[in-house]
Amino acid sequence: MSLLEVGDLTISYTDSAEPAVSELSFALERGESLGVVGESGSGKTQMAMAIMGLLPANAEIRGSIVFDDTELIGAGPDLLNRFRARRIAMVFQDPMAALNPYVRIGKQLKRILMEHELCKTGEATERTLDMLRKVGLPDPERQYRAFPHQLSGGMRQRAMIGAALLGEPDLLVADEPTTALDVTVQAQILHLLKELRAESDAALLLITHDLGVVAGNCERMLVMDRGQLLEEGTTQEVFGSPASEKMRALLAAAPRVSGESQASQAPASSKAVLDIEELSVSFKEQRDRGRVNAVRPIDLTLNKGETVAVVGESGSGKTSLARAVVGLIPADTGRSMFLGNFLPGSLNTRNQESRRELQMVFQDPLASLNPAMRVSDIVAEPLRVHEPGDETHEASVEAILCQVGLGSELLERYPHELSGGQAQRVAIARSLILKPTVMICDEAVAALDGTVQDEILQLLRAEQQRSGLSLIFITHDLAVVRQISHRVLVMYMGRLCELANNESLFGRPRHPYTKALLNAVPLPDPNARPVDAPLAGEVSSVLKPPSGCPFHPRCQQAIAICSESVPEPADCDGSFVACHRAAELDLSY
Amino acid sequence: MVHAAPGGPFDSERRLPPAIEENIKEAYHLDESLPKQFYRYMRGVVRGDLGPSYRYRDFTVSELIGDAIPVTMRIGLLAILLALIVGISAGVAAALRKNTLLDRLVTGIAMIGISVPVFVLAPLMVLIFAVTLKWLPASFAGSSGADRLFLPVVALALPQVAYIARLTRASLIDVMNSDYVRTARAQGLKTSSIVRYHALKPAMLPLVSYLGPTFAAVLTGSVVIEQVFGIPGVGRFLVTAATNRDFTLVLGITIFYSAMIISLNLVVDLLYAFLDPRIRKR
Amino acid sequence: MSIFKSVIRTIQSSRTVTVCAAMLLVIAALSLLGPAISSHSYFSTDFDNRLLAPTLMDQHIFGTDELGRDLFSRTLFGIRITLLVAVVASFVSLGIGVLYGAIAGYVGGRVDGIMMRIVDGIYALPFIFSVILLMVAFGRSMLLILIAIGAVNWLDMARIVRGQTISLKQRGFVEAARLIGVPTSGIILRHITPNLLGVVIVYMTLAIPQAILMESFLSFLGLGIQGPQTSLGTLVNAGVSHMERASWLLVIPASVLALILLCFNFLGDGLRDLADPKGKT
Repeated sequence: MSLLEVGDLTISYTDSAEPAVSELSFALERGESLGVVGESGSGKTQMAMAIMGLLPANAEIRGSIVFDDTELIGAGPDLLNRFRARRIAMVFQDPMAALNPYVRIGKQLKRILMEHELCKTGEATERTLDMLRKVGLPDPERQYRAFPHQLSGGMRQRAMIGAALLGEPDLLVADEPTTALDVTVQAQILHLLKELRAESDAALLLITHDLGVVAGNCERMLVMDRGQLLEEGTTQEVFGSPASEKMRALLAAAPRVSGESQASQAPASSKAVLDIEELSVSFKEQRDRGRVNAVRPIDLTLNKGETVAVVGESGSGKTSLARAVVGLIPADTGRSMFLGNFLPGSLNTRNQESRRELQMVFQDPLASLNPAMRVSDIVAEPLRVHEPGDETHEASVEAILCQVGLGSELLERYPHELSGGQAQRVAIARSLILKPTVMICDEAVAALDGTVQDEILQLLRAEQQRSGLSLIFITHDLAVVRQISHRVLVMYMGRLCELANNESLFGRPRHPYTKALLNAVPLPDPNARPVDAPLAGEVSSVLKPPSGCPFHPRCQQAIAICSESVPEPADCDGSFVACHRAAELDLSY
Repeated sequence: MVHAAPGGPFDSERRLPPAIEENIKEAYHLDESLPKQFYRYMRGVVRGDLGPSYRYRDFTVSELIGDAIPVTMRIGLLAILLALIVGISAGVAAALRKNTLLDRLVTGIAMIGISVPVFVLAPLMVLIFAVTLKWLPASFAGSSGADRLFLPVVALALPQVAYIARLTRASLIDVMNSDYVRTARAQGLKTSSIVRYHALKPAMLPLVSYLGPTFAAVLTGSVVIEQVFGIPGVGRFLVTAATNRDFTLVLGITIFYSAMIISLNLVVDLLYAFLDPRIRKR
Repeated sequence: MSIFKSVIRTIQSSRTVTVCAAMLLVIAALSLLGPAISSHSYFSTDFDNRLLAPTLMDQHIFGTDELGRDLFSRTLFGIRITLLVAVVASFVSLGIGVLYGAIAGYVGGRVDGIMMRIVDGIYALPFIFSVILLMVAFGRSMLLILIAIGAVNWLDMARIVRGQTISLKQRGFVEAARLIGVPTSGIILRHITPNLLGVVIVYMTLAIPQAILMESFLSFLGLGIQGPQTSLGTLVNAGVSHMERASWLLVIPASVLALILLCFNFLGDGLRDLADPKGKT
């Protein structure tokens, strides 16, 4: 008898015609790991909520969810509470939101022990500390007393996992547990989950949109779309010979770190359009805790028709770099040339020409569009500013919308009536309408579903081919980098680690951090070679950066000099690498 | 500004012989230029001397207010306490039983509470409880003991009960819908535990912010209450002073009220910062 | 504009809100038609018929007051004045508040800091006292009352607008507009202001009851509208002194006042739920 048996589960709401989940049936055995894959709106989170009994009151639930011979649908709160934490536990996506910001971490965990009477009152603190230690928190006593906002994202998620495992459940439901985390931290957390499960033999229901995560962590998997189960099988089977259209599309759209680079074949010219010299950015921390050096002096040249990807995790400074280039935040130092002219640091002092030729697309498409303006006005606005009095705007607007793949029926819509993908296309249209030379994309596809992401990337590539548009693409996703960039700049704690060609970077990374990043990316291939242990530790505090090379505390290859002096970027076979040992290390695959 | 208005406090009296007028003017420093008068006044305020009352010539403003303050304070504090206790309980109860009869009742009464001005409510209460039912005394002066405090305190507290109940209810509902309460549910905590250990503290924060305006409202309301019930408090002095154009008294009372409110707001701000761990850090 | 459409939609969504909106319109309409409906004028005294209880005879449906004046027409007149004061004062506070708040919020930095200190300073004094001070200083005239209430009521609006402006400023589309090259005036005009409307409308519906309360309070203290003109507050004040013998003089204007306030509050609540379902402001 299976641990969990879901039969014909249907969840619907009165205010929408289509059910969120529709006749979903599957089984999960003891100790098994089952992945659930799907894009947004596929119903996977709804399903998890139904299992936990956390659906809102206005949800209509039909079908059955049987856990260990007990029907959960329609069960009273007392029964559900007996099962929660002790038999079934859940880990949520965003630990900052999921943890109570007003209560100390230790107390929140202890409450679970006390509520379920899992141990004597006197032992509770000790058991909580034990668990915090077990999930890998570096300083359990300190973290016990801390509030959630005082912990890093990775530490918070560890605490959440700790909380979930306190009751020694038979089933752990994890809803996108690593989506909000940096990729190296994600690797750590997934590794932790594997270890903990091996110990406790708990089953895992892992919900994610990331095929790589499923491939590396789940024995079996389900594919869902629009509330329906499309396909099910072992991970090998589904990846190897996908039965559903959707899965095939997902596989095709998934950007890969391995395999052929799909960057435009036409090599970029060597004519520089943007030349950044010694750009650095710092912020004054709140309450006078000193200055935070977000970006240390960096040089970067962008050529016409080229795409340079800037990769890094949180604290790398990549977003600050982008915003400084564009002029939204002031740079401390730096002398940049744009199209042969000096580019002032502040947006306000730039001339109209600079503003025309340098555009930006933001991460959250809906936030970057004025909710009170119609699509036609949004896209036409740049024209109105730079070419006032010209009545041919309508034609240009329609043309550009067509170019980005949108029909003119969207002209009269407001942003909240658009999907994420559509909104981002509108944002791109708005940026492209002035035919800029350089466009900076700040995590422009991070908030989008896989298939939509792929479409947008293709759109950008096409535009580059057509008009010689140069792109600076800020992202944390190496797979995306592989797909679209000519050159790659890897940043860590505000410094340049490596600046190399796409081929060189992925084939023979020269900086240990680059290698660690590449290792951490989960490959959407169940048969992939298992990776070495994930990069340990976390990014150091920006207020107290380590001496010497900022990466040295976590670096496997660090030697004495690494903690003494900061390595400067130096040429190494055509790439720029900031590592004392660049010349002697061989990190190739 | 008060000075700039036409008409002085002495105009209504008989015309005094010029010499005496001179003397009075000198005593009250009215002969000095306006800025100088203001400066002199401010210096006095800092030292705690609010100047002599123009009307009650034998008393200084400080003395006059001094006697009235304890009365006003007692009623005000009792009212706030009552409002907090009843308001918070009602709000929490309503939030936890959202959309049930109890909730609708509380919300409905609260709506009425904020829609009926206190100067309507107070007389009405007197009408009902004192005159018609004869349960409680109608006027303050003519009775003694706790009895006479009852109606004024309740009348003063009622509008605040309404606001506090509404605020508490909305705030608790918000908190109960938050992600972290969802986590608590997923951890198997029953509702009473969730409220006690996870929800109550965050829900009270907006209330703390509201304490400042609550105090202000109670002070304002006390002016009306004192009129209606004949209580010799600061509020009543304000009204008589305003009608008599007794500048220093009006100013003195206003300064007193402002000082109270500023200090209370400060305390509230500090309390909020203390309670919210995100602000409290380091 | 889509904002108005959503306002209409909210009003239609909840029965209570629709009823309230309708009632307000009816009350306002009645008050405007006052002279046409009632056969008596609001100021004509009639010493033979003093303190009449409400009766159908002689068309004194609300009765008369101590000077024999018809309460019905006085009430209608009172509603007119009360609503007039409320609406005008609210618009005054709106004008000042929105401008002040938007500038503080958008410009930010030190200017914002100074502007907000000033607001905090004025805030320390409860509104009523400021108004009382102004009344004491400048005497009572209708115009003055309007200005006084408006001048004191703008603080909340300014705070709300500033908060909203700041959050708008940080939203992507303002940055995007700056990047495109939209001048500051264009940003404030085309980007910030239209997105302030929602918040402003909501607070107007709350500012109006506040203004009404203030005006009534003033009248109650004897500092308000002078006779024979009257407002609901003045009527209530007069009613209090005749509470025991002629309770209708208090109950009727008080009920009308409470009703108006109730409707505005419900309306405001409903709109606020639409604009800001999470109650973030």
